[in-house]
Amino acid sequence: MSSKKMSFEESLNRLDEIVRHLEKGDLPLSDSLSLFEEGTALLSACSKMLDEAEQKVMKLRKGPDRTPVELPFDEEET
Amino acid sequence: MERQVFSVTELNNHIKGLLELDPMLRNVCVRGEISNYKIYSSGHHYFTLKDSESSLSCVMYRYSAEKLRFRPENGMKIRAFGKVDVYSRDGGYKLYCSILEPEGTGDLQIAFEQLKARLEAEGLFRAEHKKKLPPFPDSIALITSGSGAAVHDMIRIIGHRWPMTKVLVMPVRVQGTEAPPEIVGAIRYANEFHIADLIITGRGGGSMEDLWAFNDERVARAIYASEIPVISAVGHEPDVLISDYVADRRASTPSNAAEIAVPDWREIRDCLDSLDIRSRQAIHKKLSQISQRLESLSTKRVLNDPTVYIDNRRLELDYRIEKLNSCMERQLRSKRHIFETKGTALDAMSPIRVLSRGYSITENEQGAVVHSVDEISPGDPVKIIFRDGQASCRVLSTAKGE
Repeated sequence: MSSKKMSFEESLNRLDEIVRHLEKGDLPLSDSLSLFEEGTALLSACSKMLDEAEQKVMKLRKGPDRTPVELPFDEEET
Repeated sequence: MERQVFSVTELNNHIKGLLELDPMLRNVCVRGEISNYKIYSSGHHYFTLKDSESSLSCVMYRYSAEKLRFRPENGMKIRAFGKVDVYSRDGGYKLYCSILEPEGTGDLQIAFEQLKARLEAEGLFRAEHKKKLPPFPDSIALITSGSGAAVHDMIRIIGHRWPMTKVLVMPVRVQGTEAPPEIVGAIRYANEFHIADLIITGRGGGSMEDLWAFNDERVARAIYASEIPVISAVGHEPDVLISDYVADRRASTPSNAAEIAVPDWREIRDCLDSLDIRSRQAIHKKLSQISQRLESLSTKRVLNDPTVYIDNRRLELDYRIEKLNSCMERQLRSKRHIFETKGTALDAMSPIRVLSRGYSITENEQGAVVHSVDEISPGDPVKIIFRDGQASCRVLSTAKGE
């Protein structure tokens, strides 16, 4: 499963699921290990998302064809 | 005395003129209770103001009535502002109202209570209509003034808590008559293009008048109709507006809305850390269980000494051979017993046993046993067989019977 394509929420839910499976302890060792590996990858992907996040603030305007246009948010405007 | 005779119109106009002379009647304020309130199809409102002893006919023309912010109702105590004039057609005088104000509570308060009651009765505030807020919104639309503290507080707090969320500011006016249609337009537009996962609409604190756009029925209905969850964030803590009732979530202030809208990354980091620890502990436990099992298996003899298996098999084989042997022996014994019994019986019948008791057998020349005296004649050679030998003889004579 590619963790890149998952949203933060999906990743967190999957992580929760993985940990619960691991804690149940009834899986064969090879399955446990591959779950653990998946969990580790998800954890580092989530951490990376947290570390690298940079807030984006845009102003939304209706374009000439009515579709939305994003402009940089200018603090002075009303 | 010659009397002056007026026409009806002349008299009414005379009285009308007298009333018009009194400046007080041109701008009067009357307190009373509304009864017989009627709105005509023309749009003019007719009613009677009364107190315990008296009543006064009133009218409010459409252009004044349109400015009413609450709905006058029978039994409501109000103050009416206007002028007194004669209605020539029926010779009555009326109060021509320009403004009505509820007595005691303000008209805005009344208007608020009335709209609230109406929308509540329609079910717009019901919990089952409330949508769940996304726990980690990718984007949030801020439908508020593009300037002022509210929008900056929200941007700052969202960025501080969860910088992954993109903030889209949709600037609108938040007070004045243009505010409600602009807020409504922005909510609908955000939905049409699904601009964000969550909408926060609101403004900073102000007077009841300033906040009034968020008590507007059109705004309330737009919030209700929004497919995107809406947080209402108007004014200060104690201000509760219609938008707060109809929104999926009420925030006490714009800053509070930002806190509700996104999680705090520090808490999520803690949560990730604890998931990390738990998964490590779980896998560690699994591995140590496996190694314990390995250890306990390795102490078993079969794994240490490979000949054990063969030895065990050999023992088993020996046991089986033993069992087979004893079984055969038993069979043999019983066969032998049968044989011996039969042998004894046979022995009793044996001619040799007979001969040993002194009997003998006579055979003729052809070697056939002679059973009767009739089979031989005098002079015949015979062979007599004894237990221990034989003799060749010749019959001397024969005699039958004893």
